[in-house]
Amino acid sequence: MDFSLGPEVEEYRRDIRRIIAETVTPAERHRQHSTGSFVCAPLYRALAERGYIERAVPGIGKGDPIELWVLFNEMEKAAAPSDALSVLIIVAGIINRVGTSAQRERILPSLLAGESLACLGYSEPGCGSDLAAVSTRARRDGAEWVINGAKMWTTMAHIADWVLLLTRTDPTVSKHKGLTMFVLPMDTPGISISPVPTMANERTNATFYDDVRVGDDCLLGGENRGWDVLTVGLSFERGVVGDSNAGVSLLRHFRGWAEQTGRITDPLVREKMARTAIDNEVAKLLTQRSAWIAASGDLPGVEGSMTKLFATAAYQKAVRWFQEITGPEGLLQFDEPGAAAGGWIEYEGRHSPGCTIRGGTTEINRTNVGQRHLGLPRAT
Amino acid sequence: MSVDLAPSADEQLIEHAFTSFFAKEAPIELVRRSEPLGFDRELWSKLAAIDAQGLALPEHVGGSGATMGTLVVAIEALGRVLAPVPLIEHAVASRALDQPGRDLVDGTAIATIALRPAEADGRWRLVPAGAVADVVIGIDGDQLVAVRSAPPGRAPRNHASAPLADRSAREGERTVIGTAAGWSTAVSEWRLLTAAALVGVAARALELAVEYVTVRHQFGRPVGSFQAVQHGLADLPGLVDGARLLVRKAAWAAERSASGVEPVIDVDDNDVTDFPALARMAFVFAADVAAKVTDHSLHYHGGYGFAEEGTIQLFYRRARGWPLVLGDPSTECLDLADTLFGAPAVTGRRSEKRG
Repeated sequence: MDFSLGPEVEEYRRDIRRIIAETVTPAERHRQHSTGSFVCAPLYRALAERGYIERAVPGIGKGDPIELWVLFNEMEKAAAPSDALSVLIIVAGIINRVGTSAQRERILPSLLAGESLACLGYSEPGCGSDLAAVSTRARRDGAEWVINGAKMWTTMAHIADWVLLLTRTDPTVSKHKGLTMFVLPMDTPGISISPVPTMANERTNATFYDDVRVGDDCLLGGENRGWDVLTVGLSFERGVVGDSNAGVSLLRHFRGWAEQTGRITDPLVREKMARTAIDNEVAKLLTQRSAWIAASGDLPGVEGSMTKLFATAAYQKAVRWFQEITGPEGLLQFDEPGAAAGGWIEYEGRHSPGCTIRGGTTEINRTNVGQRHLGLPRAT
Repeated sequence: MSVDLAPSADEQLIEHAFTSFFAKEAPIELVRRSEPLGFDRELWSKLAAIDAQGLALPEHVGGSGATMGTLVVAIEALGRVLAPVPLIEHAVASRALDQPGRDLVDGTAIATIALRPAEADGRWRLVPAGAVADVVIGIDGDQLVAVRSAPPGRAPRNHASAPLADRSAREGERTVIGTAAGWSTAVSEWRLLTAAALVGVAARALELAVEYVTVRHQFGRPVGSFQAVQHGLADLPGLVDGARLLVRKAAWAAERSASGVEPVIDVDDNDVTDFPALARMAFVFAADVAAKVTDHSLHYHGGYGFAEEGTIQLFYRRARGWPLVLGDPSTECLDLADTLFGAPAVTGRRSEKRG
C-alpha cells in the first residue's frame, strides 16, 4: 500500500494550492457571502489558464480521479467555492460523452476556459430524491420542443450560461424510460428565475419554464435517454466531489480562535480538537479510497455513499461542539466585532445542515449502503 | 509511486494464511471454552507451528522480517475470531528486545508489555497477557526492564475474559533493556495492533448482524427488510472501512519512518504521516468503532444478543475490554492533541504522559 501522492501529483497539488491562495482573496469571500453567488471566477479562470479544468474533465483531459480528488480536496480545505466547478466539470464531461459534435463545439470551449458556467435543472418542487419522477414536460411540436414546468434548487441559475434540463417526454412508459435531457442557454425565452435564499448565505433558485421552445440541437443524448445521461453524470462525480472534508477548515478556524483566546490549554477543548482531527483523517482516507477505486477503473458507488455518511455526520458533530465551546461569541456573524474566528463558527453552524441533504440525502445513501453493500433485503 | 491502496502480495498471502488458519483452528466454541482465562495453550502452539510468533521479528534473530503492514493484516484476522492468544503483546514485547531469546522467537515462551509504569510497590497492575506471559517488559522508575518470572496462570474475572494479571517488576530474572524513552515505540505498536484487532472484531460483528437480520423473520418478513433496521446498520461499514484504512496508513507510516522518511504533522492541511500520531488516531477510532458496531449488532440480535449463549456478546465484551486496558480514551486524545497542536503553554489538569 502507498498513501503518498507521488511527486507528480504532489507538484500538481502545490500548484492548485498556490492558485487558490492567490485568487480566493478575502474580498472574493466577502463578495460571495454578501451576494450569495458562491463562485470564484478568478479561481476558475486561473485553473483554466493552467489547463487544469480541461485536464480534470473525464474523456477530454486526463480525467485522473486522484487529481480530481486533490483538486476538490484542496478547494474544500481552503473553504473555496467548489460547487460551480464540480457542476462545470460534470456537465462538460456529459456533453463530451453523449453530446453531438455541434454541441461540443458550441458549449465546451467557454466552459473549459472557465468563462461560462452551467447549472443543473434536475430537482423539482415535487421531487428531489426521487428524480425519476420529474414532471417538467417536453412535447414535440413540429421541428421544435416545447418545455413547461418548474425546477427547484437550481443553484447558480442566475449566473449560469447553460442548464442541463431533465424533462419528461413520454408519460406512458415506466418513469425511468420516459425522460429526456436537454442542454439549453439560460437566456432562452420563457425561462424565469426566482431566488431562493438559504440560511447559509448561499443563494439557490426556483426556475420556471413557460412554453420554452428549443430545437433538436438542444436534445442531449437522445430522446427518452435522460436517465442514462443522468447516470453518466453521476459516474463522473467518482465519489470524490464535495462535502467530504469540510471539517478541516472548521478545525483550522476553531484552532485559531482557541489560540487567540487561550482556550487552547483547556483539556475539554483539546480533546474535541483531537477527535475532530481523527475524523478529518478518516474522512480524507475514505475519499482517497473512492478516488483510488475510480482510478483503478471501477465505480465507487457504495464507497462514495459511505464517505458522505461518515464525513457529513462527523462535520455536523464538530460544528456543534465548537459552537458550544465558543459560546456567545460563536453566535456572532461575519464582520461583527468579537465574532469567534471572525464569524466562521457561526457560519459553519448555518452551513452544516445542508450537507446531509444535498448531493444525495443521508437516507438515500443509507439505503444504498444497506442494500447494495450489506445485501439487506428490500421491503416487499 | 502514487496512491495505491491494494494490499501487497505479501499482505494478501498473510491475510489468506491467517484467515484460513483461524477459521479452522479458532472456532467460536474454542473462544467460549477458553473463558474466563482467555488463553488457549494449544492454539498458541499451533500458531508457533506456522511461525506466527516470529512473523515481525528481524531475520537476524530468527524471525520472518515481516513489515508492520503485513503484521496488521494477520492481527485483523485474529480479531475477527476473537482468538484467545496474546499475539499482539508478544509481538510488541519481542520487537522491543534487541536480542529476543530463541524461546520467544519460536513461541515456546510468551512475552508481554506492561502498559502502565510499575507502582511504588514495584508491581505492574493488570498487565495484558500478564496471567500467562513468561517475560514482561515495562517501565520501573526511569528504566525500561524485562523481567522473566513464572506467570500466575489465572486472571481476575474481567469484562473481556482477558488474561490480565498483576506482575512484579523486581522479582525474577530482571534485565535493564533501555530507558523510559525507548518504551514509547512499543506502546505505539501496541496501539496499532490492538486497533487492527478491533477492526477485525467490528467487521465480524457487523457480518453477524447482517446474517441475523436476514434470517430472522417478524411480521412475515426478514427484520433486515425494515428500513429502521437497514438504516441503523448502514452507517457502520463506512466506520469499519475508515478504521481499517487508518490502521493501514499508520502501518505504512511506521515502515516509512523506519526507512528514514521525515514525517509530517500539519493538521491545518489535514496532512499527518507521523507514526505515533497515526497509531493513536487508529487506536482511538477503532476502539470507538468496535464499541459502536458491537453495540448495534447486539441490539439487532434482540433478546438472543443479550443471552449468554449468543455469540455477539463475546464480541461486545472484547470490543470494550481490549482497548480499555490502556486507560481512558479521552486521555489518549489529550496526548494526541499535544502531538498535533503542541503542548499547552499552561498545563491544566493533565497528569503525567504515557509513552
